[in-house]
Amino acid sequence: MTTQEIAVNYVYLLAAMLFIVGLKMLSNVKSAPRGNMVSAFGMLLATAATLFFITGATAISLVWIGIALAIGAMTGLYLALKTPMTNMPQMVALLNGFGGIASLLVASGDYLNKTDHQLGETQGYVLFTTGLAVLIGGVTFTGSLIAFGKLQGLKITPGRPIQFPGQKPLIGLLVLLGILLSIMLIEQPSAGWMIGLSVAASLMLGVLLVIGIGGADMPVVISLLNSYSGLAAAMAGFVLNNNALIITGSLVGASGIILTNIMCKAMNRSLANVLFGGVGFEATTSGPTLAVAGGHGGGSVRELSTEDAAIQLEAAGLVIVVPGYGMAVAQAQHGVAELAQALENRGITVKYAIHPVAGRMPGHMNVLLAEANVPYEQLCDLETINPEFEQAGVALVIGANDVTNPAARHAKDSPIYGMPILDVDKARSVIVIKRSLNPGFAGIENELYFHPSCGMLFGDGKTMVNALVAELNETA
Amino acid sequence: MEELLIPITIFALAIFIGFEVITKVPSTLHTPLMSGSNAISGITILGALMCSISETLDLEHIGVLLGMFAVIFATINVVGGYVVTNRMLRMFKSPKKQ
Repeated sequence: MTTQEIAVNYVYLLAAMLFIVGLKMLSNVKSAPRGNMVSAFGMLLATAATLFFITGATAISLVWIGIALAIGAMTGLYLALKTPMTNMPQMVALLNGFGGIASLLVASGDYLNKTDHQLGETQGYVLFTTGLAVLIGGVTFTGSLIAFGKLQGLKITPGRPIQFPGQKPLIGLLVLLGILLSIMLIEQPSAGWMIGLSVAASLMLGVLLVIGIGGADMPVVISLLNSYSGLAAAMAGFVLNNNALIITGSLVGASGIILTNIMCKAMNRSLANVLFGGVGFEATTSGPTLAVAGGHGGGSVRELSTEDAAIQLEAAGLVIVVPGYGMAVAQAQHGVAELAQALENRGITVKYAIHPVAGRMPGHMNVLLAEANVPYEQLCDLETINPEFEQAGVALVIGANDVTNPAARHAKDSPIYGMPILDVDKARSVIVIKRSLNPGFAGIENELYFHPSCGMLFGDGKTMVNALVAELNETA
Repeated sequence: MEELLIPITIFALAIFIGFEVITKVPSTLHTPLMSGSNAISGITILGALMCSISETLDLEHIGVLLGMFAVIFATINVVGGYVVTNRMLRMFKSPKKQ
């Protein structure tokens, strides 16, 4: 190693430590903004050191690199500042995908930069990890693009799971092929076609894996892809013998796995079930047809007027708001915050119950409510809030469905049986704002709606919330 | 396989550090954690830079060209990730500050 190389590696070590400190600081709301800065500073240091280190560059390629950096920085800045908070899940998916394709390009670019002679002298594990970086990077890329499409609601990527016969064996075959090619590359280092084939297999694999997963399972998918993008970077680190990439990539890989695990537990499903179960379908019935049938254990659904609902809310001492993906779709978060303010002005306590998988990515609801200036202390997680429902005068459910279904507690044949739910039905009364009685992603009807204490406000989340605010202000 | 020993040690230990550091993140911060760690995974930008420059090769070589594209994608990942995380974190407010 030259002196310069050694110096750069010390800078990498410093950067890696800054990333660890930064991540640690992200675990507390107060220190989190500084943590993010610490981590960004580490990235800046490492990038600058690499740029200074590259001495063999001709002037032309440095200019090109400058242009590439500028294009990337401007695009990144534009995306980060222009994307509305409601579109955060697809934004995170897209950024993940870019990280994945970058690792794929790095591994294959490095491979192509080597002469046949150099390849012959390359370590076996370097060739093997080149194959893996391509495989994982490619899956991350196309997988993230499909997730982006589903979250964005693009026509070519419907939110419902798309599964066809032979899909699972095909996925298995492609995984095997990718690994096999990486092993074969050790024996035949100069067989570039193997890299090409591996790229094709990985890109296909990413598509096949994610099209089979329903929109509501996206929190798991995004967490998993996050993990993959880190692993791809770590593999590229093995290829380039770069410790910064190895350390940082594995940190991200670990964090993604943790989030994936939390999401799976919150749905009481295994990762395999989420990936291959194909849970979720698009409801074909429209309107409250289930209610008309009234065949649900003799119970029927009670519809409320906004006036009734406002009276119930005013009479409560504690109101617990339960937001779900529907609130994000209706962009009702600001209205919800206003409603909470109106209630608080009357001396009523307002809390928010956030289910871990509410929304389309981990922490989705928290970000939206933070955008509407709701103090984070009022946002409670499942374990904290469940004992409090019994004291609540009203549980106000806005755009959440399956996470409130009491069937998860007792109906053994229900697909969501065993899933931890918010004990909304234990509140003295429940008000549900919902467009129709259509089932949620699990495709099952919600017992809650037939509960005697439950009243429904049928309509768009934003419209109904604003109507409630108007009612409250009238009587104020 | 001797050369693999150090990188694989680093890899394994870093995964453990990752688990230890991140396990206790409250659910309120799950999204910023995700976008923040996503930005960090853009570390592959270092590899991209290494790949786009080499002493004997220039843009005519496909490998350098791929490296250049990798620089673009990785930079979007890094800049976009950090800026969007910062944007989100600034929204989290305590009631006392209002």
